[in-house]
Amino acid sequence: MKKQILEFLKTILIFSFGKFKKFTLRFKKTKTMKDMMIVYYSEAKSARLTGKKVAWITSGGPVEPLLAMGIIPVYPENYGAMIGASKMGGGLCEKAEAMGYSSDLCSYARADIACATINGGPLQGLPKPDMLVCCNNICGTVLKWYEVQARYFNVPLFILDTPICHTEYTPEIAKYVRSQFDEYFAFLESACKRKFNYDRLNEVLLRSFQTQVLWQEILDTTTNKPSPMTAFDAFFHMALIVTLRGTPEVIDYYTALLATMKERVTRGIGAVPNEKYRLLWDNIPIWHRMKWLSQKFASQSACLVADTYTSAWCGTLKYVSGDNPIDSLAEVYTRIYLNIGVDEMAKMIIAMIDKYDVDGLVLHSNRSCKPYSFGQLDIQRIVEQERGIPCLMIEADMADERSFSESQISTRIDAFMEIIKEREETSKK
Amino acid sequence: MEKITEFKNIITDSYAYCRKYKEETGKKIVGYTCSYTPEEIIYAAGALPFRLFGTNEGIHLADANLQSYCCSLVRGILEEGLSGRLDFLDGAVFPHTCDSFQRLSDIWRINVAHKFHLDIVLPVKLNTASARQYMIDILEKFKKDLEHALSVKITDAMLSDTIKTYNQIRALMRKLYAIRAQRTEIISGRDFHSIIKAAMIMDRPLFLKTLGEVIAQIEKAPGGEIKSDAKRIVLAGSICSHPDIYDIIENAGGVVVWDDLCTGSRYFDGVLDEKASPLAAIAQRYLDRPICPAKHAGLTDRGENIVRIVRESKADGIVFLLLKFCDPHAFDYPYIKEMLDKENIPCMLLDMEEQLPAAGQLQTRFETFIQIL
Ligand code: SF4
Ligand code: SF4
Repeated sequence: MKKQILEFLKTILIFSFGKFKKFTLRFKKTKTMKDMMIVYYSEAKSARLTGKKVAWITSGGPVEPLLAMGIIPVYPENYGAMIGASKMGGGLCEKAEAMGYSSDLCSYARADIACATINGGPLQGLPKPDMLVCCNNICGTVLKWYEVQARYFNVPLFILDTPICHTEYTPEIAKYVRSQFDEYFAFLESACKRKFNYDRLNEVLLRSFQTQVLWQEILDTTTNKPSPMTAFDAFFHMALIVTLRGTPEVIDYYTALLATMKERVTRGIGAVPNEKYRLLWDNIPIWHRMKWLSQKFASQSACLVADTYTSAWCGTLKYVSGDNPIDSLAEVYTRIYLNIGVDEMAKMIIAMIDKYDVDGLVLHSNRSCKPYSFGQLDIQRIVEQERGIPCLMIEADMADERSFSESQISTRIDAFMEIIKEREETSKK
Repeated sequence: MEKITEFKNIITDSYAYCRKYKEETGKKIVGYTCSYTPEEIIYAAGALPFRLFGTNEGIHLADANLQSYCCSLVRGILEEGLSGRLDFLDGAVFPHTCDSFQRLSDIWRINVAHKFHLDIVLPVKLNTASARQYMIDILEKFKKDLEHALSVKITDAMLSDTIKTYNQIRALMRKLYAIRAQRTEIISGRDFHSIIKAAMIMDRPLFLKTLGEVIAQIEKAPGGEIKSDAKRIVLAGSICSHPDIYDIIENAGGVVVWDDLCTGSRYFDGVLDEKASPLAAIAQRYLDRPICPAKHAGLTDRGENIVRIVRESKADGIVFLLLKFCDPHAFDYPYIKEMLDKENIPCMLLDMEEQLPAAGQLQTRFETFIQIL
């Protein structure tokens, strides 16, 4: 088990290894990401022996109630990212296709559905779930995917239905989602055969919100020039805010990470040597090409300083209010980035463009993720109109490496960087 | 059956029908995208609900807003919107179903200007008490939004009247389905398809009246029994906007006796309780009706419903029309296929892109399938 995780971490760490070494040095007192992930997955995998329950949960789902009940949360999407990074996505997707699932479906879903039947992927399968928790604030795919798994594992499925806020978060939505949180607590009570622990939930929530504040601060260190980290680093460090927010260890980890970043800022150390251009990334990373992409951009002195993906885990902090954190949950989980209208998303992107002072926008048109990708063409147009910065759209898939056209994308990135350079030069004149 | 010609004429150029209708009646026309639209409320507001079918031909304007990996239904509807051909619409209504429709609503709001744009953000699960309450709450909100958009007041009396009309239409359509399941020769599949389509476009009371006349004629006319060697087929999927499929199946020795389509039985199923409060009745019908795979009402209810349809219509086999890039249907297909296999019900999967495969090729595929039945 330990060996598999190490193997996997090696593969995904290689791309940022140089920088990572520096980070690890400063992490002597705190645990490293590696340690934490090993502990986490080992615990999850041995849940049967320790008598703990395991819940599979969607990446945007409310994990805090699970932690409050001592249930181990497991994220198939996080595993999907690992599968993508280890370039195992193509093979697993093919297996799902042989099972009758169309090749046009989300590759996380395809990979996970296949994995479950053969214990595949870098960790040889996820621990079997005792229950499934599906929150559709990210997409409709998760609903169908979790239905498949609920039939396969024959375990109870809880659906937290968070209606999309095309233009507004209405009182009807607020009431509906709030009442579902009570249903969620009741679901956990019956799954664990014990009373729900509201005090624990409040503690976990406070820590979770605190972690989100920290995460936002870390992401904001990239407003500095040069930027102390890139979006690729954020893609790496985000694993904890997704899987373990609400635990004390994560607070320690991010506190240390923030200190490291601040120190890099004071010492003027940039993540990309000679940072000249600053870019914003939209959509889920192309996990199987992280190293290639980060080198590609770095070689052009371009730093991806921010992205719309990792910031999604702290973007709704503004909705936390009042004395009772439980009452904020409905709004916090409903108004996330993917669950709002395209024009609203464009506004947020423009705000990020200003905040991080970027010179160009790179949009990953992700065949796997329709709610994230449809609307990008409008976002691109709006950004071009409102801010006049160059935009590049590349079509790929986050975890299925089979359809990636490296030469074509490479040429397009070169052409895009040319435009950015020219723009820079004319503006200097 | 000259009455059927009336339906056929309307659907051949439904846009012309709407323009003329508007001119003659002065009524508003409201576009809508799927069978989860509470049409009853639109009609009660004095407007004509007009189902958007999109186009299967020459989608190119939509390329500027939607990537190629979006289903052709959504792309085709956007194409029509962007082209200006729908300029007779006063507004459009988007009930929430799948991710693609969800984003279509946003893109439409940004790019296609009609007088109003309304979302009905339906619950995704339909089997809990809170979802039922939420459904009623948002129908109430939709009613208010529509009153505001159309500057009308929708009274309970108007709603009750409309509910009666819709109940009658749906009852007659179910009757027509039942007749056709026995006497398939009485109306060709293509004509049957025209009637269904007209039901989503035509002035509803007029449709009801004409449909009543058609059924009366059919009931009087003798014969039309299904040919003894014809194989009975059920069609399943999202929408079927290719009437050719009915012809091709018939030429291959089969006949469509029932369906599980959004433009089909899912649209007509379910009765509105005329004694309940109108919005509660509309909500309840959605909770009871067979679902679209973008909704959740249990883990196996769709499969069970399809098996039931096959049994009740005494079908020999089932054809799945799977629109390329349609996630909800693609996710359901494997488990439903497994259920059908267990029941020994033969099924065929037809992957559909924007355009159908060449007719000859399709005919051969259907013939091969029908031979094994
Ligand atoms: S990648 Fe997109 S479609 Fe797939 S699970 Fe995530 S949000 Fe849903
Ligand atoms: S349900 Fe399928 S066919 Fe219908 S709009 Fe959505 S993706 Fe397209």
